[in-house]
Amino acid sequence: MNNLVVLPLLIPMLGGLITAIFRKNIIFRRLLSLLAIVLTGAASLLLAAQASRDGVQLLEMGGWPAPFGIVFVADMFSALLLVTSSLVAMACLLFAFRSIGEHRERFYFYPLFLFLIAGVNGAFLTGDLFNLFVCFEVILLASYVLLSLGGTKIQLRETIKYVVFNAVSSMLFLVAVAYLYAVFGTLNMAHLAQLVAEAGQSGFISVIAVLLLIVFSLKSALFLFFWLPGAYGAPPVAVAALFAALLTKVGVYAILRTFTLIFYHQPGLTHDLMAVLAALTMLLAGLGAVSGKDIRSILSYNVIIGVGFIIAGLAVFTLDSVIGSIYYLMHDMLMKALLFLLGGVIIIIVGHGRLQEISGLIRNHPLTGWLFFITALALTGLPPWSGFPGKVLIIRQALAGGAEHGGYFWLAGIALLSSLMVLYSLLRIFINGFWGETVLPRAMEKGSAKGLLYPCLILTLAGALLGIGAELFYPYIALAGNGLMNPDIYLQAVLGEVI
Amino acid sequence: MKGKDVILQTVTKMAAYIILAFSVYLLAGGHHNPGGGFVGGLMVAAAVSLLLLAYDIRIVRTGFPFDFKTLAAVGVLIAVMTGMGSLIFGEPFLSQNIFHLHIPVFGHIELATSLLFDIGVALAVFGTAMSIIYMISEDTCAWKR
Repeated sequence: MNNLVVLPLLIPMLGGLITAIFRKNIIFRRLLSLLAIVLTGAASLLLAAQASRDGVQLLEMGGWPAPFGIVFVADMFSALLLVTSSLVAMACLLFAFRSIGEHRERFYFYPLFLFLIAGVNGAFLTGDLFNLFVCFEVILLASYVLLSLGGTKIQLRETIKYVVFNAVSSMLFLVAVAYLYAVFGTLNMAHLAQLVAEAGQSGFISVIAVLLLIVFSLKSALFLFFWLPGAYGAPPVAVAALFAALLTKVGVYAILRTFTLIFYHQPGLTHDLMAVLAALTMLLAGLGAVSGKDIRSILSYNVIIGVGFIIAGLAVFTLDSVIGSIYYLMHDMLMKALLFLLGGVIIIIVGHGRLQEISGLIRNHPLTGWLFFITALALTGLPPWSGFPGKVLIIRQALAGGAEHGGYFWLAGIALLSSLMVLYSLLRIFINGFWGETVLPRAMEKGSAKGLLYPCLILTLAGALLGIGAELFYPYIALAGNGLMNPDIYLQAVLGEVI
Repeated sequence: MKGKDVILQTVTKMAAYIILAFSVYLLAGGHHNPGGGFVGGLMVAAAVSLLLLAYDIRIVRTGFPFDFKTLAAVGVLIAVMTGMGSLIFGEPFLSQNIFHLHIPVFGHIELATSLLFDIGVALAVFGTAMSIIYMISEDTCAWKR
C-alpha cells in the first residue's frame, strides 16, 4: 500500500475542481494550476525514485485486494511517463498563460487542462482495463471542450468529426472489454495476464487482442490516423501542443502495456501486424509531412510518424528494442510539444501557417529559428540530441534481433526513410520560414513572441539532457524495459498474495 | 403560457415534497439497498425539473439562487475529499469506516463515511443535470459576452 501512487491523479483533479469553483480571479487560477502541475511533477519524481529503489509500487483502492478491487500500479515505465508528461504539461501551461487569451481563461480553460492531465496520469497508473477506459473518457471529454473552446468555425467543424470518431472508437473499446470480461470474468490487467498465460492465447483471444489493437490504433493514430491532422490543426497552440504530446501517447502507452503484459504469446500474429501497421504509418505520414504546405499540417503528420516509430520498436519485440521504444516515447513527448510550441510561435508572429508566404524570420527571431533547427535535428535522431539513443536501439535490433521472425530489414529501412522524411519536412519549414529575405518587418507582426520562448527553452533543455545524458538515464529506462519484458515482475507485485 | 396551469401547479406543490423525500431515502439507503448518490441527485433534479415545468425559470431561480456549475464542482470536491480523508489516517485511498449509533426514536443506525462520498456525488449529479437543463432552456451563448 502506497498512497503516493494516486497523487499524480488527485493533485490535478483537486486543482481543476478548485479553479472551477473560484472563477473570478485569473491570477489565482494561473498560480493554482501551475502549483498543481509542479506538485504533480514532484509526486511523479518521488514515485519514480521509489519505483527504481523498491520495485513496483501498488495501491489497492479502499483496501480491496487485486482481482476484486481497482488497483493503481506504478512501475518504472509508468513513473517515467508521469515525469515526462508533467514536464510537458508545465511547458504548455506556461505557454498558455501568454497566448491563450482572456476569453478562454475565464471559460474553464484551466479546470479542463488539469482534468486532462488527471486523466492522462490515471491512464498511466491504472491496473484495470475498465478503469483505463474510464481514464480515456476523462481525457476525451476534456479534449472535446478544449478543442471547441473559442468556437471558431474551423474548431467547431473539427470537433464534430473528432467527437463522432471518438464515440465510435470508445464503443469498440467497450465491446473489446466486454468480450474480455465474458471470457475471463476479470478486467484486472495482472489477473488477465495470468489467466491468458495459463489458458494459452488461443484464436479467440487473439481476435480480442487484435480488436484492442484496432481501438488503441484509432486512439494513438497508428495507421488509422485520418482524423489527426484536421483535429490537431484547429485548436490554439498550447492546446494543440498538449494534444500532440500527450493524447496519442496515451494510446501508445496502452498498446505497449497490453501487448507486453497480456497478449505477448502470439507475436507472430499481433506483433507482426503491428510491424506492418507501423511501417505503413511511417510511410504514409511521411508522405503527408513531405507534401504539406501548411505548418500545422506538416507538424501533425510528424506526430503520426513518431507513433509509427515507437510501435516499430515494440513490433521487433526484443529487450533492447522495447527499451528503445520507451526512450523514443519519452523523447517524442518532449519534442513534439516543443515542435508544436515553436511552430505556434511562428504562426502567432506571422498570423497564418502558409509556408509559401513566410520568409526570413531569423533576422528578427534568431532564438526561435535555432531552437526550431535543434528540434528538427532531435526528431531526425542526430546525436547528441534525444532522438538518437531510441532510434539507434530500435534500428539495431530490427536489423539484428529480428532474424527469428524472418528479418525486420524492411522495417528498419522504412524507419530510416521516415527519419529522412522528418528531416526534409522540418528543414523545409526552417529554410522557407527562417532563411531568405525578411518580408515581415517587426512593426507588421501579428502577435508578440514575448515570453513564449521560456517554455520552449525548458523543453529544449530537458530534451538535451535526455540526449546528452543518455548514459545517465539508461539504467532507469532499462529497468522500465525490463519490467515490460518480464511480466512476472508486474504480476508478482499486483497479485503477490493471491498466487 | 407558463404559470397558468392551476392543476399542474397544485399537484407539483405536493409531488415535489414526496419526490424530494424519496430522493433523501434513496441517498441514505444506498449503502445496503438499491440507491445511492447518483440516483438520489437525479431524483432531486427531477423534482426541480417538475417545478420548472409547472412554474417558470425565474421562480425556480429565486428558490435555488446558486450557480449549478459551481455546485457540481463542490460536489465532486466533497467526494474526492472524503476519499482523501483516508490518506490522513494512513489507510489506502477511498477506504471507508462505519460507526454504530443508538438514537432514541430511530433506534440502531449505521453511519458510513461513504455516505459523505454519496452526498458529494448527489450534489455533483444534481448540479450537472440542472446546468444542462438551464443551458438548454436559456438557449444563449455565454461565450460571446
